[in-house]
Amino acid sequence: MSAILETTGLTKTFGAITAASDLHVRIEENTVVGLIGGNGAGKTTFINLVTGYLRPTAGTVRFEGRDITGLPPRRVTRLGICRSFQIPQVFDSLTTYENVLVGLGIVSMGRRAFAGSAPGGPAPEAAAEQVLTRFRLDAYRDELAGVLPEGLRKLLDIAMALAVKPRILLLDEPTSGVSADEKFGLMDLVLEVIREAGVTVLFVEHDMDIVRRYTQRILAFYEGRIIADGSPGAVLADAEVRRLVVGESEADVGGAPC
Amino acid sequence: MIRRRWTTAGLGIALVAVVGVAPLLPRWSLFVVTISLAKGLVALGLLLLMRTGLVSFGQGLYYAVGAYAAGVGAEALHLSDAVPMVILGALAAAAVALVLGLLLARYRAIFFAMLSLAFSMILYGVLVKTSAFGSTDGFNVAPKSILGFAAAGPAGRFGVYGVAALCAFGATLGIDRYLRSKLGRLAPAVRDNELRVEYMGASVRNVVHLHLVLAAALAGLGGALTALAVGHVDPEMAYWTTSGEFVFIAILSGTSSVAAPFVGALLLELLRSFAYEHAPNTWQLVMGVAMLGVILFLPEGLWSLFRRRVRSAT
Amino acid sequence: MSTLLAVLVDGVIYASWLFIIAAGLTIIYGVMRILNMAHGSFYALGAYAAASLVGVWLRGGRPPMGSYAMLALAAILVGVVAGPVIERGLLRFAYGKDEVVLVLITYAVFLILEDAVKLAWGVESYFVTEPYGLLGNLEMGPLSYPVYSGVLVLVAVAVGVALRWGIYGTRYGKLLTAVIHDREVSAALGIDVGRVYLVTFTLGTMLAAAGGALTAPMVSVVPGMGVEVIVLAFAVVVIGGLGSVPGAALGSLVVGLVRSAAVHWLPQVELFSIYLVMALVLAFRPRGLFVAAEARKI
Repeated sequence: MSAILETTGLTKTFGAITAASDLHVRIEENTVVGLIGGNGAGKTTFINLVTGYLRPTAGTVRFEGRDITGLPPRRVTRLGICRSFQIPQVFDSLTTYENVLVGLGIVSMGRRAFAGSAPGGPAPEAAAEQVLTRFRLDAYRDELAGVLPEGLRKLLDIAMALAVKPRILLLDEPTSGVSADEKFGLMDLVLEVIREAGVTVLFVEHDMDIVRRYTQRILAFYEGRIIADGSPGAVLADAEVRRLVVGESEADVGGAPC
Repeated sequence: MIRRRWTTAGLGIALVAVVGVAPLLPRWSLFVVTISLAKGLVALGLLLLMRTGLVSFGQGLYYAVGAYAAGVGAEALHLSDAVPMVILGALAAAAVALVLGLLLARYRAIFFAMLSLAFSMILYGVLVKTSAFGSTDGFNVAPKSILGFAAAGPAGRFGVYGVAALCAFGATLGIDRYLRSKLGRLAPAVRDNELRVEYMGASVRNVVHLHLVLAAALAGLGGALTALAVGHVDPEMAYWTTSGEFVFIAILSGTSSVAAPFVGALLLELLRSFAYEHAPNTWQLVMGVAMLGVILFLPEGLWSLFRRRVRSAT
Repeated sequence: MSTLLAVLVDGVIYASWLFIIAAGLTIIYGVMRILNMAHGSFYALGAYAAASLVGVWLRGGRPPMGSYAMLALAAILVGVVAGPVIERGLLRFAYGKDEVVLVLITYAVFLILEDAVKLAWGVESYFVTEPYGLLGNLEMGPLSYPVYSGVLVLVAVAVGVALRWGIYGTRYGKLLTAVIHDREVSAALGIDVGRVYLVTFTLGTMLAAAGGALTAPMVSVVPGMGVEVIVLAFAVVVIGGLGSVPGAALGSLVVGLVRSAAVHWLPQVELFSIYLVMALVLAFRPRGLFVAAEARKI
């Protein structure tokens, strides 16, 4: 299978600090990949580099074979890679509905900024309603995004990223800030929508239960490098990973090496 | 988002009312309303910018460019009709913003305010030292015709008034339609979260640049109309206190209704006239207190007072 | 050659005048994140207060040298009265709001004070030239300068030194620096941020007033004298970097020398040259010539 996303020697330094070091990653289409690692390990930096928020100091990023290294987020998004954020990035003073409407509006504008709605397809208002229903946000349609609880803001953030109909979706800690009993519900919903659309997903996660349950492959980060790359079972059993990422004293032995 | 819907009909009625009442107005009132319409246009541009999250302390630049362009157009291009003069003013201001916007569109918050202020003060400095434009005295502007009709005397005054009313109508309608369009809806999105806008695939810089040009065109239009109404232009139009006045009108009117800037401008002109008559050393004080009141208690402008009453009636 | 000397000396004198005013503006921004548009009004208040106090002093037949003490007194009085009144009475209710909103609030204060001055002192001009000529002149080759200008330069240097010592050398200065870096953390550590704000604003106001008081003997004190000053002060702090005192010093020198050069060599550009420099600095080094690092946002 061809790699939909490939980075070679991806490196980012800020003066004396190395945030990402020589990252070689090959992601296959239609897979769900987990990115784990402690704070500052380089997971978000990786996402920032791939999506163009940061320019790499060295290395390349290829998407579907095409070199996208150094392109700004705007271009990367249009090519088909979207992301959500650790701290949800939504439009606080607009309602949930308006958030999605504006997002869809941007997507349908394309290069013809002054054109009316795209020919064919549902009217933007109907399309926005569809998105809200799909993500079960319709009950909060007229609430200002700024006052939504964190879990819903996260969901809205992800919904907007998916509205772009990307080929790759990068989720940065989708369940952080969400209460324990809601985490699985959120991930179930998101992955259900994603599976329908045939999107490749990479998500950063600290909760190992979530990682074990939803991923087909894991990349473990530590101090800017990838220290393990493989199936969830293999990676989570790896001694280095257990020591540096998961934590030595993991009481929950129940879900251990399978 | 605009919560009150101003349909074309609503604005049309307003236009008819404004024009219809003209013959009944004494000369001074006619002048005050004309100036209010002109300054309201500048404030409308500020409304667009504020929707996008930017406060410009330098709209005086485009106001002056519009005014001087209208005047120069009369001299250099031998334009004798008011309408082309006014159009020239708007276009000249838009052209300046097209160029300056290349730089200005990268700035936000107080840096944007300071840079826009700096540009307007540069123009002020240039105008004051340019004897061809009359230096600090400026020069007179007098169109010979308005849409073909002779421009002298009362007919001229009504003519300028009418042109101003038409411009205000057209601009308000245009901006209203624009803010409802896909591109216009990006304004509050840019204000709220530029990162998200970029990550959805749109260029924040282009949106801001466009809005700078639109606001400049409106300010230039207002400046040209003022030049015609007053019959004179001078460098003071580019001074920072003039820009401050437009900011005051915009704050007073709030950003939720596209028609509010004209009401705000009218209020300011009436306040100024009243103060000059009865208490000449207090109108800035009143302006300042009003501004504080609005900022601290009515952050959406005076318009929100009106809206509250409407809401509580239901 | 004498023109070059004249440009330099004039430039330094003008820079000194600017620095006294701009230093206050920059520390208010640095600590409170408020770009104080009313700064020019405090300058005017200082000038008017100085005019009144010096007038009262001299009318009483008292020794003319005492008029300098009156200048200082004017600055202190304006600072100690206007500062707390505005800060405690108004600004304090707006902390936490957007930076631009705070600027607009100070703009409203500027409008109010413009008329307040007219109501208090009337619209006629005041002249208090005695302190200016009292110390005689200083000959520098072909040029002759009033010693008063030298006093201005000395005051500016003293202000600079005092601020530097105050901020880096005293305990209170360290509290100030902490608040500049992070208000929330400082408050969490037990620093009385409210009092730091009050002191800073009062100090800044006092410096603006000092600028005005020192200017009073040099010009006619008229309404609206603060209007041009404020934009000049903005130019200085933008060039040097908002919140930086050494930046204000550098910015003052740049503006002072540019203006001086323009006045002597190219009078047509005098007015706009300063704002052109301001625009250029904003274009290439928006944070000013004294930059600080920025933390990661996402």
